[in-house]
Amino acid sequence: MTTPIYGLMAEFDSPAALVNAARAAREKGYRKLDAYSPFPIEDLSDALHLHKNRLPLIVLAGGILGLLTGYLMQYYITVWDFPINVGGRPLHSWPAYIVITFELTILFGAGSTVLGLLALCGLPMPYHPVFNAPRFALASRNRFFLCIEAADPLFESGATSAFLQTLEPREVTEVAQ
Amino acid sequence: MPENSQAVEERSRDIIAPGYTFGSVTDQIAAVVLTKRTPIFWMACFSVAFGLLLLFLWAVATLLAEGVGIWGIRTPVMWGFAITNFVWWIGIGHAGTLISAILLLLNQKWRNSINRFAEAMTLFAVACAGMFPLLHLGRPWLFYWLLPYPNTMGVQPNFRSPLVWDVFAVSTYATVSLLFWFVGLLPDLATLRDRTHNRLARLAYGVLALGWRGSARHWSVYETASLLLAGLATPLVLSVHTVVSFDFTIAILPGWHSTFFPPYFVAGAIYSGFAMVLALAIPLRAVYGLQGLITLRHLENSAKVMLATGLIVAYAYVLETFTAWYSGDVYEQAAIWHRMTGPYAVSYWVLIACNIVLPQALWIRRIRRNPVTLFIWSLIVLTGMWLERYVIIVSSLAQDFLNSSWSIFQATRWDWATFIGTIGLFLFLFFLFIRLLPMISIFEVRTLLPQASVREEAEG
Repeated sequence: MTTPIYGLMAEFDSPAALVNAARAAREKGYRKLDAYSPFPIEDLSDALHLHKNRLPLIVLAGGILGLLTGYLMQYYITVWDFPINVGGRPLHSWPAYIVITFELTILFGAGSTVLGLLALCGLPMPYHPVFNAPRFALASRNRFFLCIEAADPLFESGATSAFLQTLEPREVTEVAQ
Repeated sequence: MPENSQAVEERSRDIIAPGYTFGSVTDQIAAVVLTKRTPIFWMACFSVAFGLLLLFLWAVATLLAEGVGIWGIRTPVMWGFAITNFVWWIGIGHAGTLISAILLLLNQKWRNSINRFAEAMTLFAVACAGMFPLLHLGRPWLFYWLLPYPNTMGVQPNFRSPLVWDVFAVSTYATVSLLFWFVGLLPDLATLRDRTHNRLARLAYGVLALGWRGSARHWSVYETASLLLAGLATPLVLSVHTVVSFDFTIAILPGWHSTFFPPYFVAGAIYSGFAMVLALAIPLRAVYGLQGLITLRHLENSAKVMLATGLIVAYAYVLETFTAWYSGDVYEQAAIWHRMTGPYAVSYWVLIACNIVLPQALWIRRIRRNPVTLFIWSLIVLTGMWLERYVIIVSSLAQDFLNSSWSIFQATRWDWATFIGTIGLFLFLFFLFIRLLPMISIFEVRTLLPQASVREEAEG
C-alpha cells in the first residue's frame, strides 16, 4: 500500500444488508464511514446516527428575514418614501401589508432551504473520490454501498477489508484518492 | 382481520404493478430519456406544439407592433381573455403543487409516481399564466415598473392594491415551484448521469446533478429539505389563488365583490389542475407503456379529487346565486340574472353542464377506471373551468351599475391566437421535459417497492 487510498468500499444487494453492515461497522468503532443508496433509507440514518441537522434553523432564519424584509420594505415605502394619502387613512396600513409579507417569508424560506441543503451537503462538488469505485455508478440504480474511509483512526487496510468481508458483501474494493 | 390486511396489501400493490425491481424501475423510466429513438407520438405532438408556439410568437409580435387594441378588450371589458387565461392557467398549476407538497405531508404514497410531471405541469402552466398579465400591460418591456425599486420617476407601487400583491404571489409561486422541482430532480439527474453513454449528456446531467452521490448524510438532509419545502409550498399554493381571487373580490363590481371567492377559486384551481394531470397522464402512460407505474389507482384517485373539488365548486355556484338573492342588493341580483339569461347565457349554462352536471358521472366506478372516458371527462372539466373564469370576468364587467356604460365583449382572432398559442407553449415545454428529464420520479418510485422496506426483510 504505497499510494494513499480514500477508503474501502463494500457493495450490497439490498437496503437491509446495507443497514446491518452500517450498524455493525458503527459497533466495531468505525466513525468515518458513509453509506450510499439509490433512495433515502430511514433506518440507515438511525444506524449512522444522522438524525439531527441544522436545516430547520436555517430555514427559520431565512423565513424571519423574509418576513422583516417584506414588512419593513412596505412600511418604508408607504410611510416615508412614497406616502399616498387616501381620504386621511393611516399611512401605516398594516392589514394591506400581510400578503406581500407572507409571500416574501415563503420566498426567503424556500430559498434558504435550497441554499441550506446545498451548503450542508457540500454541493455542488465536481469531484469526489467515491466515484473512483469501479461499480459506483450503480449506487444511483440498484446497489447499496458502504465506505469506510482511510481517515478513520481504526482504519487498517488488511483488518478493515477482512471486517467488511464478514458482512457478506458482493465485493470489497479499494477507492483511489 | 386477515381479510382486512389482505385488502390493504392488494390496494398497496395497485400503486405499482408487481414484479418491478430497483433496476427495472430505473431502466424503464430512464430509457424514455436516454433512448436514441424518439417515438413517433412524441414527434407528432412536439410538431403540433411547436406549430402552436409559432402562432403564439406571431400573436405576440403583432401585439407588440400594434398594441393591445388587436384584442377584443374595449371599455368596460378591459380584462377580457387575458385575465381569463391567466386565472385558468395558474389554477391548472395548483394541482402539481397539491400533489407534490400537500400529498407529501399527508404521506400519500401514490403521489410518488405522478408528482414529477405534475410539478413540471405547474411550472409550465405558471409560465403560460405569467404571459398574460405581462402582455396585457400594453408595454410589457416596462414590466419592472411593477416592482419596488429606487427610480428617477420618484414613484413606487401601491402596496394596498391586490394587483401588486398578485405580482409578488405569482413570482414567489413560480420561484418556489422551480426550486421544489429542481430539488426533486437532483437524485434522478445523478441516475441519468450514471446511466447515459453519451458524453455530452453525461456532462450536462453531471453539471445539473451538482455531484450528487446518494450519501446517507445527503439523504438525511434531503429528506428534511423536502418536508420543509412541502411545508412552505402548502400555504403558498392556497395563498396564490386566494390572492388571484382578491383581484376580483376587492373590487366593488357586482358579481365579484364577495367573501367566498378565495376558497371557491382554490377549489376550482385544484379541480382544473387534476383534470390537466389526467389529460396528460392518460396518453403518456399508454404511449410509453407506463401502466405499471401510473396505475388505474392513480387515475381513480385523481378522478375522486376532481369529483370532490367539483362538488365544492358546485356548492359555490349555488351559494353565489343564493347570496345574490338574499343580499337584497339589486345590482348583485341583476349580475347573476344577466349571467343566466343575458348575452353570456350560453357560456354560463355550458359551464354549469361541464363543471357540475357531467362530472357527476365520476360517481360511477366504471367511468373512473376507464382511461378513455376519464380522458374525455378531464377535457370537459378543463373547458368548463375556462368558461367559468370567462363568465365571471366578462359578464360582470360587461354589465355593471349603469346601463349607459354596458358593452358586450367580442373576442378577436388575436385573442384566440394568443390563448391557443399558450397551449402550444405549454405543450412545447412539456414535451421537451418528457424527452430530456425523467417524467416519473425514479428514486421515489424505488421507495414504493416492497424490497425497499428494511424491517420486513430483516424479519423475513
